Amino acid sequence: MYKAIVIGTSYGGIEALRLILPQFEENFPLPVIVVLHIGEHSNDLFIRHLNNMCKLAVKEADSNEPVLPGYIYFAPPNYHLQVEDDFTFSLSTDVKLNFSRPSIDILFESAAWAYKNTLIGTILTGANSDGANGLKIIKEMGGKTIVQNPCHAIASAMPKAALKAVMPDIRLNIEEIAGKLIELAYSK
Amino acid sequence: MGGSYYESNADLLNIELQLLLDAIFLRYGYDFRDYSKAHIKRRILHRLSISQLSTVTELQDRILRSREFFIDFLDDLSINVTEMFRDPEFYKSFRENIIPKLKTYTFFKIWHAGCATGEEVYSLAILLQEEGLLDRCQVYATDFNRKVLEIAKEGVYQKADIEQYERNYQLSGGKKKLADYYQSMYGSVMLNKELSNRIVFADHNLVTDSVFAEVNLILCRNVLIYFEKKLQDNVMYLLYQSLVPSGILCLGTKESIKFTRVEKLFDIVDEKQKIYKKKIV
Repeated sequence: MYKAIVIGTSYGGIEALRLILPQFEENFPLPVIVVLHIGEHSNDLFIRHLNNMCKLAVKEADSNEPVLPGYIYFAPPNYHLQVEDDFTFSLSTDVKLNFSRPSIDILFESAAWAYKNTLIGTILTGANSDGANGLKIIKEMGGKTIVQNPCHAIASAMPKAALKAVMPDIRLNIEEIAGKLIELAYSK
Repeated sequence: MGGSYYESNADLLNIELQLLLDAIFLRYGYDFRDYSKAHIKRRILHRLSISQLSTVTELQDRILRSREFFIDFLDDLSINVTEMFRDPEFYKSFRENIIPKLKTYTFFKIWHAGCATGEEVYSLAILLQEEGLLDRCQVYATDFNRKVLEIAKEGVYQKADIEQYERNYQLSGGKKKLADYYQSMYGSVMLNKELSNRIVFADHNLVTDSVFAEVNLILCRNVLIYFEKKLQDNVMYLLYQSLVPSGILCLGTKESIKFTRVEKLFDIVDEKQKIYKKKIV
């Protein structure tokens, strides 16, 4: 019944994503869309690295590109990434939100409008509060919300802020998150 | 109300949004109907949340009845975030790949489409001056938002941003110091007037206006990302038509001629920095 997964993370995010993303099999039924705060510099290296580790194809999202299963999409550095109602991506260079561009809130909010109750939103380790509002909107629109347990996160500020903004459906340690996402992805 | 009301009435929001964009086009001629909607939606919900208005229909009523209100609202829909020497790698490639070609011309025209508050036009002027080319060219810098054009004409920017601009300038292969090109006053910096001698700022809308001029070089960076596919294609073709044969097109880092109707009409100069050359055909 779910149609997409969005993930937001900053400090410690690379380590966290390396634990989660390689666990998805080739035929994983949902597109995965990630905002990772990585500064203004290129994330080519990181994407190439993940591509070697993952069975799904990892790429930067392009403007007007359709959102498809089989892919893990990353927001390009210095652009906000949004999902349109027709399930294509759009990019923007709008002002930073929560000192961030890409901003997790902007991805989550747009994806919530597009996918409504068929979206799974996930907040992982991070050092600021970006994503908390976006996760709240996902919850309000009937989507599933997951927050990494802040006690064990490399940086706890982001999951803590998310927990303050919204009572998530699921709160898990990092090593349990991939399994839960897979279970939800195949749930009817 | 705003956001939370529409969260349980998402379809209604889309209907009202479409009506609003139709209304704006009919009343004022600005056409946002084929813009990507997620950004517009976010801006409109934000506008509702900070105003006394509770629905998009109420907002539409205000817009239809007050031109002044509409002019303010235009700022919500246009993106005016930019910086000097944004994407320094682009300017570096421009210096290496395009400047030698421009040096072979006795006179050339440049169109900077979607110049917003002008930081990137002045960056280009600085680069051209350092290469001894500024006197040989005419630069047209256009935007549909007249308010930002006024700011661009002034050439006065916040001092707080200068450190970042200086860093960008050095990374872009700048030959001097950025400070050589401006005067500090209070919290602002004013760019040297000689930089704007060759720049004409003008009102032009890529969506509703036709070919602006025939030019040797077009910069249109981070404008097309706001358009839906069909509009992106049309504007891309308009840019193509505005170039002389062998003319140069520079797009934003995440924009490309790939998968558009002009894909076969250009050669690639720098794939990564999105610099293209119109084929002679």
